[in-house]
Order: sequence, then structure tokens, then C-alpha cells
Amino acid sequence: MFKKATTSAHKRLLVGLISLLSSKTYAAWGDMNMTEGVTAISQEVFGLHMLIFWICVVIGLIVFSIMFYSMFAYTKKRNPNPSKFHENSKLELAWTIVPFFILVFMAIPASNTLTKIYDDTEGDINIQVVGYQWKWQYKYLEDDIDFFQNLTTDWDEIYNKTPKGEHYLEEVDEAVVIPVGKKVRFLITANDVIHSWWMPDFAIKQDAIPGFINTAWTVVDEPGTYRGKCTELCGKNHGFMPVVVKVVPEDEYHTWVKEKKDAALRMAELTTKDWSASELVQRGEAIYEKNCVACHQSNGQGISGIFPALAGSDIALNNKPRHIEILMEGVQGAAMASYANQLSEVDLAAVITYTRQAWGNSEKGDGQIVVPKDIVDYKL
Amino acid sequence: MSAVIESHGHDDHHHGPAKGLTRWLYTTNHKDIGSLYLWFSFAMFLIGGAMAMVIRAELFQPGMQIVEPEFYNQMLTLHGLIMVFGAVMPAFVGLANWLVPMMVGAPDMALPRMNNLSFWILPFAFFILLSSLFMEGGAPNFGWTFYAPLSTTYAPPSVTFFIFSVHIMGASSIMGSINVVVTIMNMRAPGMSLMKMPLFVWSWLITAYLLIAVMPVLAGAVTMMLMDIHFGTSFFNAAGGGDPVLFQHIFWFFGHPEVYIMILPAFGIASHIIETFSRKQLFGYSSMVWAMASIAILSFVVWAHHMFTVGLPLAAELFFMWATMLIAVPTGVKVFNWVTTMFKGSITYETPMLFAIAFVVLFTIGGFSGLMLAITPADFQYHDTYFVVAHFHYVLVPGSIFSIMAAVYYWIPKWTGNMYDERLGKLHFWLSFTGVNVTFFPQHWIGLAGMPRRVPDYALQFADWNMISSVGAFLFGASQILFLFIVLKTVMGGKKATSKVWEGARGLEWTVESPAPYHTFSTPPKIN
Repeated sequence: MFKKATTSAHKRLLVGLISLLSSKTYAAWGDMNMTEGVTAISQEVFGLHMLIFWICVVIGLIVFSIMFYSMFAYTKKRNPNPSKFHENSKLELAWTIVPFFILVFMAIPASNTLTKIYDDTEGDINIQVVGYQWKWQYKYLEDDIDFFQNLTTDWDEIYNKTPKGEHYLEEVDEAVVIPVGKKVRFLITANDVIHSWWMPDFAIKQDAIPGFINTAWTVVDEPGTYRGKCTELCGKNHGFMPVVVKVVPEDEYHTWVKEKKDAALRMAELTTKDWSASELVQRGEAIYEKNCVACHQSNGQGISGIFPALAGSDIALNNKPRHIEILMEGVQGAAMASYANQLSEVDLAAVITYTRQAWGNSEKGDGQIVVPKDIVDYKL
Repeated sequence: MSAVIESHGHDDHHHGPAKGLTRWLYTTNHKDIGSLYLWFSFAMFLIGGAMAMVIRAELFQPGMQIVEPEFYNQMLTLHGLIMVFGAVMPAFVGLANWLVPMMVGAPDMALPRMNNLSFWILPFAFFILLSSLFMEGGAPNFGWTFYAPLSTTYAPPSVTFFIFSVHIMGASSIMGSINVVVTIMNMRAPGMSLMKMPLFVWSWLITAYLLIAVMPVLAGAVTMMLMDIHFGTSFFNAAGGGDPVLFQHIFWFFGHPEVYIMILPAFGIASHIIETFSRKQLFGYSSMVWAMASIAILSFVVWAHHMFTVGLPLAAELFFMWATMLIAVPTGVKVFNWVTTMFKGSITYETPMLFAIAFVVLFTIGGFSGLMLAITPADFQYHDTYFVVAHFHYVLVPGSIFSIMAAVYYWIPKWTGNMYDERLGKLHFWLSFTGVNVTFFPQHWIGLAGMPRRVPDYALQFADWNMISSVGAFLFGASQILFLFIVLKTVMGGKKATSKVWEGARGLEWTVESPAPYHTFSTPPKIN
């Protein structure tokens, strides 16, 4: 009932404050303030942030100026005889009630914005987001598109061996592509530990929790590439799992969908092709570098006590069935996840073959290779 | 009550402490145990601080330079655990031990043997926790909030030692709190009604009740973790039908009262110091008590504001937002009371007063950012960024820790009989004040600009302020060596202190000589 009257007053105030702050005088604030973002919601959130900020600044200025005035005016030198007063019911009542109303004034627009954010009706496009240690998986539910998003920043850049690029730690192999002007709903969950999917420009931060599906939605009108991060400590490489979303015009989006589907078809053909050991090893090395080195290390030695070595491991040498099983099922109670849904049959075969051949494993063990058909058979 | 007084009432007024190491091992004297707690807490402050230096050194520049990400996570976890459970909480218990009996006119704590036990199990707890650094797989690496399943299924083997260590810390805190409650309820001097108690005593009475209420909840949480890890249960394991979010509800039901446990005694301390150096009775005593009680009660119904992004229903988000905002009311009352106490006072600026004023100003800034964080839609942007790191360090470092330093400077003449070096004390204040602000203020900005917390490396746009923040941290860290020096110097000698020490001091502890005799108030004083 009171909603209508107050929201319009608030809106005017918010708009006023936003325009004050986004005017050119404050442009230098750039990297010191929250992003305004590119959605109606993110701009509303920014407005709320600035509104509360300025209220705090004003209250702070009043309180601190009385305090600093007292500190200068009532030193022992200037005021050797202190006053005796030590209570005043009216004053105390006033500074209990007045702040309460200031809080109500803040709570109304905040509650309104929150209610809007919680509009969880169906989206035009629904994308399932799954957090893994330490990458994201995206499944486009309507179009049957499914891919992973990995950090592409080179470890040499991270370890200061080569200069850092412009998008250091904020670049990935494959961006999430969404069209402008459509309501996109994200269904967010996780496969191992808790992660959190944050895209500051959309004002979306939603925890990805195993066993739960959280929702968030956005409508973006401005094409562009937007960068975010995982914001829940999820283990060793928590700092190295960025999020990148590319917003494109609608026709470009449809072209992209078609390309993804064609690529899936080509992958199906690869599964049935005859593979040689060297082809598999070559493909497998790249897969290994992307998915396995974080724990098992590029020399296959793992990390003593946490991540087992693959070089010289009995399973990698002589136990092909168990080797496949570990990749497909993961290891219960350990950090090793199942890769059955993360990698294609071809890539699974390639990476298993690679670890059975690399680091001298092929000489020490039975040297058996795994072909995509083995994986298909396992799945049956 | 009379029984307690009689047991100390023979003729041992001048009976001094035992000699040698056994004095400290077997002591049941509240002053000795207070000193043990304070020294232990200072040692932990230095160890936790050293870990903070590792963290800031790694973040000095983008890229990995000094440590590996695994070790970085261990550092940030242990830094948090040690500072919360090893530095801040034991320091307040130490102050309670020294001050509560003297302030209420009691000869000692009510349960002196339990007092000894509650201190002496602490070093073992931290020995176990720190030893995990040398175990296979490393120390706990899941943050001081140890969210499952990162802290269960995916944790290093040392998590079991961490759980045992938390159990011991919890037992120590519960025993310490029971002691404080029993002492305050039963051993006040005749005539000291509840509403005549010094505010530090009030603040600790409330804190002790909070501790007794929530430490068992923490113990429950870690026990459920233990069951999940070793006994095949699935409390927090979604694959077994469990619920990872349940862990967060339990943890923060402990965790939010816990953060007020770390600030309420600071409110008490600031009230005494501001009153003394303003030479004017504290403004609004009863509203101070009322405000602390309200904050304590509210602390039980705001826990989910740490969980705005876990996907709670709209009604829960609204409730926890409003309840959290409400805390600003009693907190505001306290700040207004402190400022009004100074108004028309007769103020001097000795070191304790400098720390107390900085406490009020900087704690208020931390309160403002807390209010901002309460706004749920804005919290979607702030949550788990450096903005949060800046917020809670503002309430903990220039909040809790400044209040502890203020308390040390304020009461050390009573403890040692010597005045500290005022010039060095002020130097320590200004270095700490500068260090703290240079460290934590820029963290607001990098947080707003989008840097997540708990990351060992960051994108290039955050580089400048991180470097400045690190410089501030090194300054703050180094200044604490000066603090150690000042305290040692005061213990060893210095200008003799009078009984009253400060011109404007009020309260029973200032009626006994300095240093306070080994046994005080064997006969209770009379309060008018």
C-alpha cells in the first residue's frame, strides 16, 4: 500500500545519486568502486550501494564532527572543570528512534530490489552451471550444448616466467555465449565442493552447492565480454577459475549454437575412427595439461601425501580396467572426481593412453592403450 | 559466598606466590592466570601475525612469488583460527581474570582450580593445531569457516587434529565462561547491585552467556564433521543424502554470536577508558547495558546474513536483512554515548585514550560497512570479496585488538606497579593506527572493484592497492615488536604508579595499591 508512493520518491533519489556519481568528476573512481554493470538489476544494486554509502557518510560526518569538536574544545586545558551530566532520557530516546526510521528508509528500496531479483520464472534460455575443482561446466538445456570452461592463463605467467597478459587470470578457453535482450536463467550447482558463480556486471553471485540447484537470471542489453570469478574457497586453485560470458546479438547467437552442434557431430565421428597409439598420446597430452596437472603435476609425480603419482603407479602400468574405472567413477573419499561427464569418450581414451605411455610408463608396464571404443563399452 | 571468602580469609593476606615454574603450572590465582592468558594470547598474536605477513607478502604483487597456492590456503586458515581462538578470545579471558574479581570486590575467581585447567589446556590445543603444518598433506586449508565438504571429504588428513584442537578450545572457553558467570553472580561485594557493576563486568557477563550458548554448537558441528570423515555418516555429504548448507547454518549459528563475543568486552573497555580520560561520568550507563544485551540477543537471529548467496528463500533473505539492520540501533546508541561522554569533558590524551578514540572511530567505520553488507541485494556484490575482508578486519583489528591494547596500557600500571613509557606508547599508537588504515582501507576499494577473498593471486587491475595494503601490513606487523618491548620495559621497571594511577579513574581496582597485591579483597569492600 505504502509501496507505490515511496518507490517513486526513492527512485528519483536513487537516479539523482547515480547520475551524481557517474558524472565525469568521479570517472577516476573506476577501479575503486562497485561496477554499475549492464543490467537493470545491476544498476539498481549499484544505486542501493551508493545510497547506503552516502547515508553512512553523512551520519559519519555528523557523529565524527561532534566527536572531533569535543576532542579539541574540551581538553583539560580549555575546560578544566568537566560537566556533571550523565543521562538525558529524551536525547537517548531520540537517537534510538531516529536511526530506526533511517533503517526503514533503507530497507524499503532494498526489499523491493530483492523481490525483483527473486523473480524465478522460466527463462527464454536455461543454462545449467556446474562447478568443478577448478572449472565450470555449462549445459544449454534447450539446445543440448555442453562444454567446460577452463582458465587459459599460462602457468608461466602466473609463476612470473613470462609477462602477464591483459586479461591475466580472467581469460578462459570457451566463453558462455548468450544473446542480448533474452531472459537467461542459470541453474547453478556443483559436483564436488561448494563454488560460487559471480558475474559482477549482472550482479549475480550464487553459490554452487553439491546436491542443490540454485537459480539466477539476467537480461543483458549490451553486447560485450564480461568477466567474473569463483568466489567461494574451493581448494588449491580457487583463485584460478574465472567466469567469462560473451553477450552477442541474437543472430550471432544462433550461428554459435549451430557451430556447437556441428562440432558435437564431428566428435561423434572421431569416436568411431581407428586410433593409433601416437595419435592418442598426442591428443591425451593436451587433455592432461588442461585437466590433470593441477593435482598430478606435469611430471606425473603428484604431490606426496595428497595427490598420488601416476608415473610408475601400478594401475597405470598393469591394470587397464581399474585405470578406466577410476577415470569413469572417481575415487570415493578422495579429491579424484569422475570424468565420465567432463570429457568425451575420445578425450578419456586419449588421456588414459597418455598416462600409460608417458614418463617411461610404457616401458615399465604392459603399455596397453585405450581406444574410444573401450570407454563406450565401459559405459554400456 | 561466605564459604568462598572464609577459605581465603585465614591469614594469608601477605602470602605471596610460589617460586619458579610451579607457580605458573599450579597457580589458582586469578592474577597469575590472567597474566598467563595475556602472554599466551600475545604469543599467538605474533604467530598469527607472522602468517598474515606471509599472506601480504604473497599478495604484494600479482603472480605467485613466495608460496604455493596449497600453502597459501593453509596460512589463511591458520591465521584466522589463531587470531580468533588464540589471540583475541584468550586476551579477553586474561583481562577478565585480572579485572573481574578486582572490579566486583571478590578475592579471586569463583572456581580457581577450573580456572587453572581452562588455561592450561589451551597451549595443547594450539600445539596440536600448529603441528598439523608438519603433517603429511599439510595443515587445514579450508578457511577458518571450514565449510563442508571442502573440510570433510576433500580435506587433508590433518583435519582430525584440527577437530580435536577445536574441541579443546571449546572446553577451555566454556570453563572460562562458567567461571566468569559464577564469579559475577555470587561474589560481588555487598551493595554492588547488577546495575552498579562496572561496564567491563557487564560486558563479560553477557559475553560469557553467549559463549556458553554457542561453543557447544561449534563442538556439535566439528563432531558431525568427524563422524562424516571417519564413521561413514553423511551429515554434510550430498551424495549420501546430507546437506552442505546445514553445515553453514550450524557454523554461523555459532559464528555470529562468536563475532560479538570478540567485540562486547571491547565495548566495556572503551567505556572505562573514555570515562576516565574525559574526567566525566559515562553518559547513559543503563542504555549501555541495555544496548549490549540487545546486541547479544539479536546476535542469535542474524546468522544467515553470512549466507545470502546460498539460495535461501526470499522470506528468509528479507528477515535476516531486516534483523541485521536492526543491530545498527543499539550499536549506534553506544557510539553516541561515548561521544556524549567526551562532550563537555576535560580530556587528556594518554596512550589508552588514543587507542580508545581510534577504537570508536574505526569500529564505527567497520559498523558502517557492516550495515552496507546487511543490504542483501548489495551483498550479492560484496559477498566473499575483499570488501568483507576490510569490514571484519576493521571491527577486529582497530576494534577488538585496539581495545585490548588500550586495556593493557590502561591497567598495566595496576598490574606491574610501574608506568609505561608514554612517549613510546604514543609512538606505538601512531604506527599501529597508520599501519591498520593503510592496510585495510584500500581493501574496501579492491573488494568493490571485484577482487574475491581467499585467493593467492589476482588480476592486474588490483595490483596497486594490494601493494599499498601490504606495505601497511608490514608497518603494522613491525610496530607490534615495539609493543612487546614497551610491555617488557614496564614489567622490569619504570616510574612507580600510585594506587589511583589516573586522575579520572573510577572503580574498585583503583582502591588497591599498585602493583595489586597477590590477594585482594579478602574482606569484601562496602559499596554505597
